[in-house]
Amino acid sequence: MFQDLLRKRDFYAGVLMTLLGIGVTFNATSYNLGTLMHMGPGMFPFILGIVLTFLGLLIFGTGVVTPLGEDEHILPKHKEWRGWACILLGPIMFIILGEFFGMVPATFSCVFVSAMGDRESTWKGSFLLAAGITFFGVLLFAYVLQVPFPMFRWGH
Amino acid sequence: MLSTALTDLWYGFGVALEPHNVMWCFIGVLVGNMVGVLPGMGPLATISILLPLTFGIKPVGAILMLSGVFYGAQYGGAICSILLNLPCHPPHAVTCLDGFPLTKQGRGGAALGITVISSFVGASWGITEMIFLSPILVRVALQFGPAEICSLMLLGLLAGSTLARGSPIKGVAMTVVGLLIGIVGSDIETGTPRFTFGIPNLFDGIEIVALALGLFGIAEFMKSINQLSEVDTKYTKVSFKDLRPTREEFRRSVPAMFRGTIIGSLCALIPGTGPTIASFVSYAVEKKISKTPEKFGTGMIEGVACPEASTHSSVQGDFIPTMSLGIPGDAVMALILGALMIQGIVPGPQLISEHPDIFWGLVASFWIGNIMLVVLNVPMIGLWVKLLTIPYKYLYPSALFFVAIGVYSTNNDMFQVGEVVVIGVIGYLLLLLDFHPAPILLGFVLGPRFEENFRRAMLISRGDVLVFIKHPISAVFVALCVILIGAQIYVRLRKPKVIEENIPLVGVAE
Repeated sequence: MFQDLLRKRDFYAGVLMTLLGIGVTFNATSYNLGTLMHMGPGMFPFILGIVLTFLGLLIFGTGVVTPLGEDEHILPKHKEWRGWACILLGPIMFIILGEFFGMVPATFSCVFVSAMGDRESTWKGSFLLAAGITFFGVLLFAYVLQVPFPMFRWGH
Repeated sequence: MLSTALTDLWYGFGVALEPHNVMWCFIGVLVGNMVGVLPGMGPLATISILLPLTFGIKPVGAILMLSGVFYGAQYGGAICSILLNLPCHPPHAVTCLDGFPLTKQGRGGAALGITVISSFVGASWGITEMIFLSPILVRVALQFGPAEICSLMLLGLLAGSTLARGSPIKGVAMTVVGLLIGIVGSDIETGTPRFTFGIPNLFDGIEIVALALGLFGIAEFMKSINQLSEVDTKYTKVSFKDLRPTREEFRRSVPAMFRGTIIGSLCALIPGTGPTIASFVSYAVEKKISKTPEKFGTGMIEGVACPEASTHSSVQGDFIPTMSLGIPGDAVMALILGALMIQGIVPGPQLISEHPDIFWGLVASFWIGNIMLVVLNVPMIGLWVKLLTIPYKYLYPSALFFVAIGVYSTNNDMFQVGEVVVIGVIGYLLLLLDFHPAPILLGFVLGPRFEENFRRAMLISRGDVLVFIKHPISAVFVALCVILIGAQIYVRLRKPKVIEENIPLVGVAE
């Protein structure tokens, strides 16, 4: 019974929402609650926190009541760790290189790194794609849309 | 009433036909159609990615372009679902049922042609509805006090989250999460920073672009990476002259089109029932009244015409509460409303009188845009079909770049690119736990106004919570909320076999 519960999606969904709700409720009390007539900044989040806790418990409850489904896997069947990592690393590279070296390196690295996430990707293919996107991206954003973002810079 | 409506419409055409506005509308439709055709890019992702491009444009042009992007993307999605059997947007899931068999029989071109006509018919009716209903709604809504606005918003939020796909409880939970995300930042009345964790960049709140791109960009890419199999393009050779349906096909589709239009506009009137439900209902109806229901699913042209017409008429209908009351019915409308707010325009019943150029220009541009769609799609079908073959491995890295630079250009702030990454991870976790993130956006957009009106209502009533039932109009809205929840519980407990049989594909598409 408990083993089954630990495999259910709704169990985790419910627990997550309940915890979030409780967290919000407690955090809200650190702001001024005020009275119902003169509501302080804490009142609205306080109410929402309670509602969310209640909803979380409901989701948890339905998770307990419904029988274990066929495909109760939290993670999908094929775990795409490389894909996920590359998708997240792309924008992170954009932030770091953009902050210190400018738009061109940022764009290139963002596209290159994220393109490597595909299972069939090759160094050459990703390189060409990144180069192409960098060219058109710089053209569009730096020249046409005039985004204030230097193409190259050194340091902050 | 007719004469004022026509004068206003005339004025609207004047605004929409200004050269630069026509240009923005055209660019919107073109780019929206182009991106929407790409497999794996639904209208939500398309609009959120293109949203930052509109910041430099004047409000009227921006909103015309965005709505052009929206129906362009929708139509592009139809191409994708008919020719590839890949529904990128939930309403198109039913179009696949008969559209793809038609493609297999070599009539895919005719199905696309019928889709063009049906969507035009559906949209035209929806626009007409908008012209006449919006001013009436506004006149009523201007009488509303904070209590009425509050309970109306509550109804909108509940309907938007419970009638969408998936579990209604989870939908409501997502709406609450959205409301909470809307709270992040300084409190409007006292200036107290709330849920900012001491990070000064969060004092202004979370940017809607970052939220939308995290939830519908990064989270979606994480879900689809290496999951989209190589698309089967052997049926996709469609040229210009294939689009013409035969006389027989046309004769069968016309009544189906009109039935779909009516169903779509009825669905639009019920808050929260967007295009998805409209298309499923209309397909079921069409099957029921057909003389040969057993042939549905094997390539019946009615099965394409009816849902497409109803989707488009209900989409146009969804603009009515969005523009006239400031209450969006689904995530797409919430995004469009968010774009208006970024431009510094306060949504609500005063919008039509304060910014008639936006409202009537938008109405007129719907027609212009829909005609552009027809004109664009008929000769350019060959190009769209080529776009279908772009593999996902080239698509998502390019889209990620647009996400990053788009968010950066909103405020020229790298911190917000970081926000997108974090929101993307959270969004993917929520997807894994079977939460649909669309209601988050709904709650986020309505949240601040909901809180403001709630506080005001409480102040006026001297802290009496019963004020929401004491005012008659507000009581009606509250009653509707209760009925909505009651009906949900009733339906869940009774195991809706009938619905499941008629709607086999619910939840297939994201």
